[in-house]
Amino acid sequence: MLRYILRRLLSMTPILFGVSLVIFLILHLVPGDPARLVAGLDATQEDVKMIRSSLGLDRPLPVQYLSWLGNVFRGDLGRSTRTHRPVTQELGLTFPATVELTLCATVVAVLIGVLAGTIAAVRRNSIFDYSSMVVALLGVCTPSFWLGLMLMLVFAVKLDLLPTTGRGGLENLVLPAVTLGAGAAAIIARVTRSSMLEVLGMDYIRTAHAKGLAARAVVVRHAVKNALIPVITVIGLEFGYLLAGAVVTETVFAYPGVGWLLVEAIGFRDYPVIQGALLLLALQFALVNLVVDVLYAFVDPRISYG
Amino acid sequence: MDRNRTSQSQAVLNQEAAAVRTVVAAPARESRSLWSDARRRLLRNPVAMAGGAVVILLVLLAVAAPYVAPYDPIRQDLADSLAGPSLKHLAGTDIQGRDIFSRIIFGTRISLRIGFLGMLLGCVVGVILGLVAGYYGGWADAIIMRLMDVQLAFPGLLVAICIIAIIGPGLENVIVAVGIFSVPLFARVTRGQVLSLKEQEFIVAARMMGAQDGRIMLNHLMPNAVAPLLVLCTLRIATAILTAASLSFLGLGAQPPIPEWGAMLSDGRAYLAIAPHVATIPGLAILVTVLAFNLLGDGLRDALDPRLKA
Repeated sequence: MLRYILRRLLSMTPILFGVSLVIFLILHLVPGDPARLVAGLDATQEDVKMIRSSLGLDRPLPVQYLSWLGNVFRGDLGRSTRTHRPVTQELGLTFPATVELTLCATVVAVLIGVLAGTIAAVRRNSIFDYSSMVVALLGVCTPSFWLGLMLMLVFAVKLDLLPTTGRGGLENLVLPAVTLGAGAAAIIARVTRSSMLEVLGMDYIRTAHAKGLAARAVVVRHAVKNALIPVITVIGLEFGYLLAGAVVTETVFAYPGVGWLLVEAIGFRDYPVIQGALLLLALQFALVNLVVDVLYAFVDPRISYG
Repeated sequence: MDRNRTSQSQAVLNQEAAAVRTVVAAPARESRSLWSDARRRLLRNPVAMAGGAVVILLVLLAVAAPYVAPYDPIRQDLADSLAGPSLKHLAGTDIQGRDIFSRIIFGTRISLRIGFLGMLLGCVVGVILGLVAGYYGGWADAIIMRLMDVQLAFPGLLVAICIIAIIGPGLENVIVAVGIFSVPLFARVTRGQVLSLKEQEFIVAARMMGAQDGRIMLNHLMPNAVAPLLVLCTLRIATAILTAASLSFLGLGAQPPIPEWGAMLSDGRAYLAIAPHVATIPGLAILVTVLAFNLLGDGLRDALDPRLKA
């Protein structure tokens, strides 16, 4: 098991280096002088010159990349050109909010998705099956920013039950988490349903029924366990979409997370923050995928991880 | 052994030649090709046909926008600001008094253009990369597929946002961003098809007859990979439209006064409490369009590859 984890970590390394290279190159691909971009709009000629030499922007590109990477490993991502605070500090302020939001959205998506998918499969061709699959189809096609605004309109503006924007207690998380989780819930429901249908058709389920087990026990104790194996992969994949979707959801609800920070930074051409936020989100995505892979091997003993 | 294989390939060639002759000799006979079977299955799928009908309607709307739309989509009428839906303005007006119904109709032009061109860019680049990776294998395969992995290491929409961060916001740039966003999927599907096809006898036969690599890829591999690519193209148009609308909503895409649905929705955010129709209606337009392309794509998949149907 440990060897499998190590091997996965090792195979992830070149991809992460590729990711870091792309993020590093952003600054050089943007038209214009990188030193001026880092210095910000209000910088003087002197500042620009100082930044050019302090960041080594006059050195060859590979040298620059290595020294930038070294700084990243030391936790130095530069300073925001807008607030002049260290990028790590900006990220430290916003990252917990994003983790909170994506975790809540994942819980929403898994609860709704697995429950709806399982019931739809057990009551195949019933009204619940059809209607939940129609809702799931709509859920995949609905723009999340629109869903967010509609939820805000109903629950915050009309019914005045929940706050519209900002971050605070649990009540601030409900609407963003549902908005963000809805698309993933739809996909999880579809996968759970088809996986459940496959499992329910198997011999051992018939045996369980034949030995007189209650229908509920067959589903809960025998079917769901095996049906959830492919669902775990989907949850892992969806988590990436949740991270990216958080960018949109956070903007809708003015929720101060990394995604919101990223969009703000693009608006102000604040490149050190853009680089930092992208790096953090990509790293988080990679780590979650690793965890899912390991979990997958753990749950399904048929997968060899030698 | 070798001779045996040669004669086998020869037999296949003879068979193919015979098939060609019969088709040429009897053009009136109903063919039972993949495509005619698929067309029959597609026509019998009411959900997919509904999706297709909406797609056709949207295309017609986009083409005829200046004749169908009752008002100029960017003409302001500040006296008639934020009016609710009425007979005069079917979908109401926005803060600047512009007719939302007309803006939605002109918006189909923008969304369909982004969806189609974005998909096309992703398709052309992705298919070329996939063909090269799958056909040559080795180093070309390793380098191309690792590059694709790097892109896939950025979750979803973030690739598009990353590209916009480099090339700047704007409608044309969104097409580029959405296109690049789709490249790895097209490359993977094409590569998969090529890998499963390239050891088959008709490819071996073509190579034996001295066909050059480019010709084999274009004339022999591509036609056999078209079916799954067509499905992917349809589904990617839907994703491209949704992604572009998200970018415009974030202020990274179409800039005012362009009647782009995501941007219109974003404009309506500020007046959600007093004039909810400004944000609601563009969202419905996006939903219907994305749904239509998805239904058509799902239907195409079921029609072209019945094995995949659950």
